Amino acid sequence: MGTRKWWYTLSSVLMLGSFVSFFTLGLNFAIDFTGGINIEANFPTDANIDRIRTAVEAGGYHEPQVSTFGSTRDIAIRLQSTGETAEQLRPKFQAILSAVDPDVKIADLAVVGPQVGDELRNAAILSLAVTLALIGLYIILRFHTWRLSLGAILAVMHDPILVLGVFSFTQTLFDLSVVAAILAVIGYSLNDTVIVFDRIRENFEKNRRLTSEVTLDNAINQTLSRTIMTKVVTCIVVVALLLLGGPALRGFSEALLIGIIAGTYSSIYISSAIALSFGLKAEHLFPSERKDPIDELP
Amino acid sequence: MLEYARWKYTLVGVVLAVAFLFALPNLFGDDFALQLARKDRVAIDEPQRAAIETTLKNAGVAFTGVEIDDGNVIIRFADNDSQLRGRDFVKDEKNGLTREYLNAMMYASRAPHFIQALGLRAMPLGLDLRGGLYLLYQVDVDGAVERLLGIYDQDYRRALGAEKIPFTDITTLQVDSDIPNGLRVLLPAGADTGAVRAALRKAQPDIACRDGVVAQGAAVDCVMTEAQVRERRNFAITSNITTLRNRVNALGVSEPIVQQQGVDRINVQLPGVQNSAEVKSTLGKVATLEYRMEDPRPMPENRRAPPGAKIYMHKDGYPVMLKREIIVTGDQMINANSTSGQQGPQVDVTLNSAGGERMLKNTQQNLGKRMGVVYIEQLREVVEENGQKVERTVKEEKVISLAVLNGVFSNRFMTTGLSMNEARELALLLKGGALAAPISIANERVIGPQLGAANIEKGVKALVIGMGALFLFMILYYQLFGVVADLVLVANVILLGALLSMLGVALSLPGIAGIILTVGMAVDANVLIYERIREELRNGVSPQAAIKAGFEKAFSAIADSNVTTFIAGVVLFVFGTGAIKGFAIVLSLGILTSMFTALMGSRALLTLMFGGKKKITKLAIG
Repeated sequence: MGTRKWWYTLSSVLMLGSFVSFFTLGLNFAIDFTGGINIEANFPTDANIDRIRTAVEAGGYHEPQVSTFGSTRDIAIRLQSTGETAEQLRPKFQAILSAVDPDVKIADLAVVGPQVGDELRNAAILSLAVTLALIGLYIILRFHTWRLSLGAILAVMHDPILVLGVFSFTQTLFDLSVVAAILAVIGYSLNDTVIVFDRIRENFEKNRRLTSEVTLDNAINQTLSRTIMTKVVTCIVVVALLLLGGPALRGFSEALLIGIIAGTYSSIYISSAIALSFGLKAEHLFPSERKDPIDELP
Repeated sequence: MLEYARWKYTLVGVVLAVAFLFALPNLFGDDFALQLARKDRVAIDEPQRAAIETTLKNAGVAFTGVEIDDGNVIIRFADNDSQLRGRDFVKDEKNGLTREYLNAMMYASRAPHFIQALGLRAMPLGLDLRGGLYLLYQVDVDGAVERLLGIYDQDYRRALGAEKIPFTDITTLQVDSDIPNGLRVLLPAGADTGAVRAALRKAQPDIACRDGVVAQGAAVDCVMTEAQVRERRNFAITSNITTLRNRVNALGVSEPIVQQQGVDRINVQLPGVQNSAEVKSTLGKVATLEYRMEDPRPMPENRRAPPGAKIYMHKDGYPVMLKREIIVTGDQMINANSTSGQQGPQVDVTLNSAGGERMLKNTQQNLGKRMGVVYIEQLREVVEENGQKVERTVKEEKVISLAVLNGVFSNRFMTTGLSMNEARELALLLKGGALAAPISIANERVIGPQLGAANIEKGVKALVIGMGALFLFMILYYQLFGVVADLVLVANVILLGALLSMLGVALSLPGIAGIILTVGMAVDANVLIYERIREELRNGVSPQAAIKAGFEKAFSAIADSNVTTFIAGVVLFVFGTGAIKGFAIVLSLGILTSMFTALMGSRALLTLMFGGKKKITKLAIG
């Protein structure tokens, strides 16, 4: 707890960086959110991105974004909406890409209307807000003091912001599954914070003579082995997902990994520290006993 | 003393045994298959099965097996491609199988018969794992409201006509709303609006009417309430879902999903379907019919319809003026068949009783006059607007027939003036139930079967390797207790698989990710308990008391921490769509199963190992 100024500074710098990146670079939204056309194709040999781009443009489709994903043989083409249906696009693109390589296979073809994209984006923002609000409410009900609630909520906000920052900085494709990952991260990050808070309460109950600072330090140290263990284990499976899950799960597992690491850090160094900075004391956790002297008045 | 009540052991045992049984079918997977049933619904016998097999074999169709199941024949294939080829063969009239048999694509479980006989099913696989066609339809709910206003319009005209109240015209009205939600009856100056309102109320008691303010003459405004508009919109969605479901079922695709998404969308998933033009024409094409009488007035020079009339183009290219009043619409049709009559191809239409009554009255009144049949189709068009491409729904309406009413008829009659193909398609569309509101495609996705197979392979590989690494780590760190934790985790996966199979939740790639994540997080409960036990041991408590205290003290932390993740899971379920919803279900159920297995399963196992009167001095907990 004595070192908390340092951690605040680190977090502030990270948050600031995330915001700057978020507002200058923005997120690289997938067609889930923007609407448009996404085509994924497998080539039998390494794909030549430039040739594919030229071929697609020659086919009458403007500003295609062509990229590889997973391997150099798998390519993804993203286009603005043209109003054509998947059924209409498929034979056209089969022809366009066959000119590059006759053995190409179109694996996936998706068309998302622009309106749906807008609605999904709103739903994603709304779900983040609702999750944070409900969790905040839960913490207030559970721990009776706004100091802990504030600590938990700030620590929890910290993690998705960092994930968004990293995603905008690296321009990783931001799709619907990343939103799901962020919500899961919020849940998990809080999970740690709650376990620490649970211990803080238990320690205050056991011994009220110790200063708040010592009690909080003890609680964090006692739960430290558990926090680290759980996170190492979760990271093992998330890394397996990242390495083996294929391109469809890349964004999802990346968001989880960043979020889990950030969540571990924030619940150890940030959440309790904030509560302490706002003057958390034992009596805040046991409000009924604080009123004892008043009750004894005639 | 470490004890655990006998009923709790029993509960854990029974739950796990049942879970194992339910999860079992998932281990076998399934084959791409084709089901043949006799058109006369007689059970197929062995000689017939053998005959089918020979036909297929002689034609060189690649299949892996032909068997009888519950009176039907199931033909199994190695992959989606050969399944589609097999289906094309069966459907081809040249090969003679369509004469006797109905066919449907399906997935046949590879599980042994006794498991299937118990009615146990594997989790269906989502489109991203199986390949298929995904369509998201946008329902024009406002169009449904507009159509209802059209019905009110004609009711009002009829009511005012019957009461001999003169009126100038009826126009649509927009009051505090983004769409037209009411009607305005324009009256000559000095008209008795009270009498008009009474007549209107009699015609449509649910709609409130009041005097309107107009520059010339008088008016009565009748406006639907917000609740009435909402109700109409909901009706449009639910009846369209039913209609789409009927049409999808007519396609013979296995495990189709048709469900509402958001306020005004319908999501259709057809596993295994690739590039099917048939699907598009049956589902994607939106057509309905409206029957209206011809307006006898002469066609105006400027082609602007006089009040109460509407001008359409005939499909042969000349204008036709019909009355605004609709006699019957597609909603009122209960059956339609295409046949060949004396006047060429025709659609035989059967109406519901209300529609039949109206048609009867109409034909009695208008014998010898001409009735027009309007064919309405929704098309999606892209236009450039301020440099941006905007999608727009365009309604194409044309008169397909205009014929003299030669006889009085009610609920059964025929419509001619179509080509053979048009007649067949229209009958199919009408039979599936007419759509209460127009629909158009908002999203569309075709996922190749190879991609699906690759996704499964990757997902399963990540699951196996991730769990393997985790198991090893737990054993290294917690020794014997690590083994217990691993067993508990396996139980957790089985339980989760059983729940998902029981609920029939479609498994998607994010769902697999959810299972992997759940396994990672389920360890948490065990870790919390073990860390507590170690702490108690360090405080000098005896091993058995430490186990007991570990479970008791860790309980509140486990419950508390899981609530927060559960909240996130539920929110995701409420706001999420499609595959994300699958992830949310797995996440939420995983929390419940991991609490059960960690708190009860693991305790039962540890008590079994260290409980009773055994003397234990040391625990192998790392």
